[in-house]
Amino acid sequence: MATPTLVKGARATRSTITLKLLMAASGLAFIGFVLAHMYGNLKAFAGHDAFNEYAHHLRTIGEPMLPESGLLWILRTGLIVALVVHVASAAALWRRANRARPVAYQVKKNVASSLSSRTMRWGGLTILAFLVWHLLNFTIVKVNPSGGATDDPYNLLVDTFDLWWMTIIYLVAMAALAMHLHHGVWSACQTLGLTNTAVSRQRAKLAGWVIAVVVAGGFSLVPLFTVFGVID
Amino acid sequence: MNLTLNIWRQPNADAPGAMHAYAVEGISEDMSFLEMLDVLNEQLNAQGEEPIAFDHDCREGICGTCSLMINGQAHGPEVTTTCQLHMRSFTDGDSITIEPWRAGAFPVVKDLVVDRGAFDRIIQSGGYISANTGSAPEANSVPAPRDKAMRAFNVATCIGCGACVAACPNGSASLFMGAKITHLGELPQGQPERYTRVVDMVAQHDHEGFGGCTNIGECASACPKEIPLDVISQLNKDLRTALKQGK
Repeated sequence: MATPTLVKGARATRSTITLKLLMAASGLAFIGFVLAHMYGNLKAFAGHDAFNEYAHHLRTIGEPMLPESGLLWILRTGLIVALVVHVASAAALWRRANRARPVAYQVKKNVASSLSSRTMRWGGLTILAFLVWHLLNFTIVKVNPSGGATDDPYNLLVDTFDLWWMTIIYLVAMAALAMHLHHGVWSACQTLGLTNTAVSRQRAKLAGWVIAVVVAGGFSLVPLFTVFGVID
Repeated sequence: MNLTLNIWRQPNADAPGAMHAYAVEGISEDMSFLEMLDVLNEQLNAQGEEPIAFDHDCREGICGTCSLMINGQAHGPEVTTTCQLHMRSFTDGDSITIEPWRAGAFPVVKDLVVDRGAFDRIIQSGGYISANTGSAPEANSVPAPRDKAMRAFNVATCIGCGACVAACPNGSASLFMGAKITHLGELPQGQPERYTRVVDMVAQHDHEGFGGCTNIGECASACPKEIPLDVISQLNKDLRTALKQGK
């Protein structure tokens, strides 16, 4: 509700823009992660041994200075912190947005906004739900939906994507990720204050398209080539 | 032309409101949208009904008072204010839905009139420069680079109508704030208070209950003065600088 009072002792750290800056920074950390993850997945095209070697190497990087899986856990900790920051800020801003318009319009037209920009919140929740399944599938529990062995990363991957419905789940998740990145990349640039001219705005929007297509496209190659029998 | 109007009626801020349908006939396509509403109100007066309350003042597109959500678009289908929208933008037999700006920070006063005092308080919290009064200073004593002066001038065209808030799905006033931050931030006179200004204005904005920006761009497309989205980037950049300075 509007109040006739003026704020005293305003602090930049308490503003909604600070929440947006936290979302942008954590989002950029995720972009770095998905690019590295996608690179690792593409090792599947180099065959069983190369893929498993890469997976094993991830756990031995930095030895003997770091313990086994040391670097992996440093990165995982960073990602968990980024996830908490990203989701908590989004939840706070979502709540604010709902309160900012207590009475909805009977008729509301969307003129300039993209579908991906309007589905950031539900799309984000879709990606979060997928993340839970994905970690159960490949990392925490190692669920092999075909019932085969789970101790061999390459075989677990092939067994999973040989099932057409698993491939579809992963492709749907990649479509959600592509939409999230399409708006998210541009929005992060704008939030960080990097788009102060019409040209830089166009570039940020183009970067959104490029990163969305590269990441979602790159990730989709392995399930697609597995379900069609190229990777086996 | 003959039209059906679905209009939000609400007797006062505390009473519940509802949509009501009205028929108007013989509307000329050369009438402005507000003149069409004047015709309806004359009709309602003749029938002894309470006329529809709506905001309007200059009727020449410069004051920003007329504030109507027309068929789901702030100020209707053209890039202009409601007073400069003409009935030729509609066709005979159309059904037109008219609602007030919807935002928690803009409470409905009556029917289509909302209280935009929240904008005044955002300006009051920092949207100004402190200067000694007296005679106007020599214009060339403080030179401003041409590109900065032009950008400041272009965004100073904001008339504070609130269309950006009305169009934003988050009810954010970021475009309004960004226009003022950019206008004063580009000019030498705006520099001394630049980073306290952004912190104070954003704090007031949040306090009033406006939402956060999600950079979707509905505001800029609804703006009758075509203020571009890059003012929000400027706003964010200035706040980021204020954070670095510990403001």
